[in-house]
Amino acid sequence: MPEIDAAFTDLPLRRLADAALSRAKTLGADHADIRVERIKDSHLSLHDARLDGTSDGEDVGFAVRVLLDGSWGFASHVDLTPESAERVAEQAIEVAKVSRPLSTQRIELADEPAYGDLTWVSPYDVDPFSVSDSDKISLLADWSSGLLAHDIVAHADASVHSVVENKFYSDLAGTTTTQQRVRIQCQLEALGIDKESGRFDTMRTLAAPAGRGWEYLTGTGYDWAAELDELPEHLTEKLRAPSVEGGVYDLVIDPTNLFLTIHESIGHATELDRALGYEANYAGTSFATFDQLGTLKYGSPVMNVTGDRVAEHGLASIGWDDEGVAGQEWDIIKDGVLVGYQLDRPMARLKELGRSNGCAFADSPGHVPMQRMANVSLQPAAGGPSTDELISRVDRGIYVVGDKSWSIDMQRYNFQFTGQRFFKIENGRLAGQLRDVAYQATTTDFWGSLEAVGGPQTYYLGGAFNCGKGQPGQVAAVSHGCPATLFRDVRILNTQAEAGR
Amino acid sequence: MSTTTVTGVKAQDVVERALQLSTSDGCIVLAQESSEANLRWAANTLTTNGVMRGRRLTVIATDGGNEGTATGVVSRSNVGLDQVESLVRAAEEAARTGRAAEDARPLITPDQVPAGAQGWEQEPAETSIGVFGQLASTLGEVFLDARAAGRELFGFAEHQLHTTYLGTSTGVRVRHAQPTGRIEVTGKTADWSRSSWVGHSTRDFSDIDMAAVDAELARRLGWAKRRVDLDAGRYETLLPPSAVADLMAYMYWTSVARDADDGRTVFSRQGGGTRVGERLASKPLRVWSDPAAEGLQCDPVVFATSSGSSQSVFDNGLPIGETDWIADGELKALIQTRHSAELTGLPMTPGVDNLLMASADATRGLDEMVADTSRGLLLTCLWYIREVEPQTLLLTGLTRDGVYLVEGGEVVAEVNNFRFNESPVDLMGRLTEVGLTQRTLAREFGDYFTRSAMPTWRVGDFNMSSVSKAS
Repeated sequence: MPEIDAAFTDLPLRRLADAALSRAKTLGADHADIRVERIKDSHLSLHDARLDGTSDGEDVGFAVRVLLDGSWGFASHVDLTPESAERVAEQAIEVAKVSRPLSTQRIELADEPAYGDLTWVSPYDVDPFSVSDSDKISLLADWSSGLLAHDIVAHADASVHSVVENKFYSDLAGTTTTQQRVRIQCQLEALGIDKESGRFDTMRTLAAPAGRGWEYLTGTGYDWAAELDELPEHLTEKLRAPSVEGGVYDLVIDPTNLFLTIHESIGHATELDRALGYEANYAGTSFATFDQLGTLKYGSPVMNVTGDRVAEHGLASIGWDDEGVAGQEWDIIKDGVLVGYQLDRPMARLKELGRSNGCAFADSPGHVPMQRMANVSLQPAAGGPSTDELISRVDRGIYVVGDKSWSIDMQRYNFQFTGQRFFKIENGRLAGQLRDVAYQATTTDFWGSLEAVGGPQTYYLGGAFNCGKGQPGQVAAVSHGCPATLFRDVRILNTQAEAGR
Repeated sequence: MSTTTVTGVKAQDVVERALQLSTSDGCIVLAQESSEANLRWAANTLTTNGVMRGRRLTVIATDGGNEGTATGVVSRSNVGLDQVESLVRAAEEAARTGRAAEDARPLITPDQVPAGAQGWEQEPAETSIGVFGQLASTLGEVFLDARAAGRELFGFAEHQLHTTYLGTSTGVRVRHAQPTGRIEVTGKTADWSRSSWVGHSTRDFSDIDMAAVDAELARRLGWAKRRVDLDAGRYETLLPPSAVADLMAYMYWTSVARDADDGRTVFSRQGGGTRVGERLASKPLRVWSDPAAEGLQCDPVVFATSSGSSQSVFDNGLPIGETDWIADGELKALIQTRHSAELTGLPMTPGVDNLLMASADATRGLDEMVADTSRGLLLTCLWYIREVEPQTLLLTGLTRDGVYLVEGGEVVAEVNNFRFNESPVDLMGRLTEVGLTQRTLAREFGDYFTRSAMPTWRVGDFNMSSVSKAS
């Protein structure tokens, strides 16, 4: 197991904590915490096997958050000195005083044990920052050249994005944690142009971003060679595929597509801060209002959804969250009924839900922690069917693979998704690709039409690096696991017809 | 304000130190000093606020090997003078071991930089929570008024000042201070069944009147007292400037010359090349950018901390001028780097951080257009806009915070929300009326594309694909 980077632990973490927390305590704070963070971020992109752009960034800074007389105060800075930490603690107290008259709600925190001084490192083998740009470029250039060798591929794009995130957290109650998370995302996309019709289309790799290191690109956890081999053929078939006839179809949805539908229609809808209106001006609210906790029929009885911050290689997995709460797993939807939300400590107390389930997160040292998404996952059925068995139950339908376009309304009712590949299902068998396909539904109707979930052998952990929320905007990475699924009677649009053609 | 900044050293000195330490063939250094202040509220109570201060240093080393010029780009926050060397060496190492960059061109020289874009010696501009002055002091009162009237306000005010110092080994020294501000407020009835939204962009908040914002929200919530449910379908629709701004912003980002030349966008010509020169709009529409546009002033030279299809680090310091993207309804230019301009044989027209649209035949504002509508929909803004199909630039998205039914020239009721599927390029060819242009804030993309001026559009047959139950 890798250790926390010494360049981070060599920072004066505990001296900053002592300075900030003792100052905040002296000034009367009921709660105070400090986060010191270092985030290393590397992007690299190739166009037609040639280097397009690189960037290699590092952000270091700290933030102090205090609770004074029931009001939050927050301040951050980049100078890592005890004097600066004291000043920032004073600023946070000032901000809390200014906020008090504009705040009608008294903030209190749900209880959480104090853990002492602890360390957590996400599981990975090779730090992506230990690999030279030259080696990274060579690998992506070889893969791109392999795609470009096919006549159908007019252009090939490749990119890799890796992050190493270090967080030090300490609070007045006595929890001090030092953590390191590593994550990586790599994508290749081939563009094909049909000269006769002038039509163009793309086909992208389906490898999910993951809480893994560089080993993910060299054979651990994903078979890149096999997928890249198949990509040009999938693209050829897509360009020649017939346009779908709009209407109502049964869908077998592959987890490579469904993870994003889960993210949008369950993940965001079960964030309690949205249900309480904190995001009403920006990300929106939720149809899953708090008064329906325990009664809302979200979907069919085969629907069981959990939240967690502990899944192995999960992008939202942590040891402790940004309020010192230990990572947990809990039920969000049980037998189709809404039974839980994603929480932070103030909301858990406000709604008398007991302990927080640990969803506080800030994306940078300059931003305030807020409730962000856990790994929200649809559970497979023990002994459940394979993807082929699900397809065999469909007379007229479509098998949906890979995510592409997504959009959902501000209360998480109405959504529309496309995908990488859509295969026609006829009499229980696949019958070639279709194009111009989008599926559109209302969340509870859609999940109500879930007839079957696949077995554990179909389970896949998808995810995204770019989940946005909050003002000022914050970005978070999150994973979603799910099995293959069978839905009945879903509305399919022909996107050409939607475009008026 | 003192001349020292976050790390106790001047940004200019950090840039000069990096350039002195550079041993590569070429070197570009950008120091970006940023300060931000924000207020956020929900249900008539302040929820979060903050003040942030930062600096980011980016060093771009270029290395002219046998196979062409390679670059190394390395950025760090909060770099002091003693840390500059490690950054320069990291960039040089990346350039030395990297591959030739396709966009490599000679670095810009001082004679190419516009005189007005200098002022190198000036300090960074800085904002503080004090910028909200009047707004912060009236906010509490407005919350009380809103509560008394059964309205809940949710909103955000943000002010940023970013000062960029650009220095190159060819002698370019440029400083630019960019203020960016916006306020946006959602008003809901106490039961959250009705919702409306008002947003403004601003350079300094002196032009923001919170009481007027609340009054406009109250007026719109009043329109919604009567509710009519309508089915999906094609409707005559008035899209106000905010909605047009979001659609145009997406189209603008897609109008990248290299991507068009690749054959992957709506601006690709069948058989190869771009659609520059083609007529896109039936109306005498002009779509343009101008770094000097009143109230929408933005970066007058290229600042690029990474390369891609729409920008090149080699172009750092190139002047940006007034650029017509569409003139008299015809596609005139696409976003270029010097590399893509050579590739496409088109003029060098770099991307600009503002966008304006106007029609030569516009005579009426939104209110007059409403008054001249026998039956149609009036939108407030759009949300969650995503690309469905790149070849036609088909976009999907939602109406948000107030769709109103207009009958006999008056707003008579609120209507349910819809999901739409439409292409902005296609819409430009189907506009039945274009109103007068005004400064606006795009609802969805306004958080990072804040500077726009747009007209109201009347579309005879806007495609509302399905009903959204969201309120």
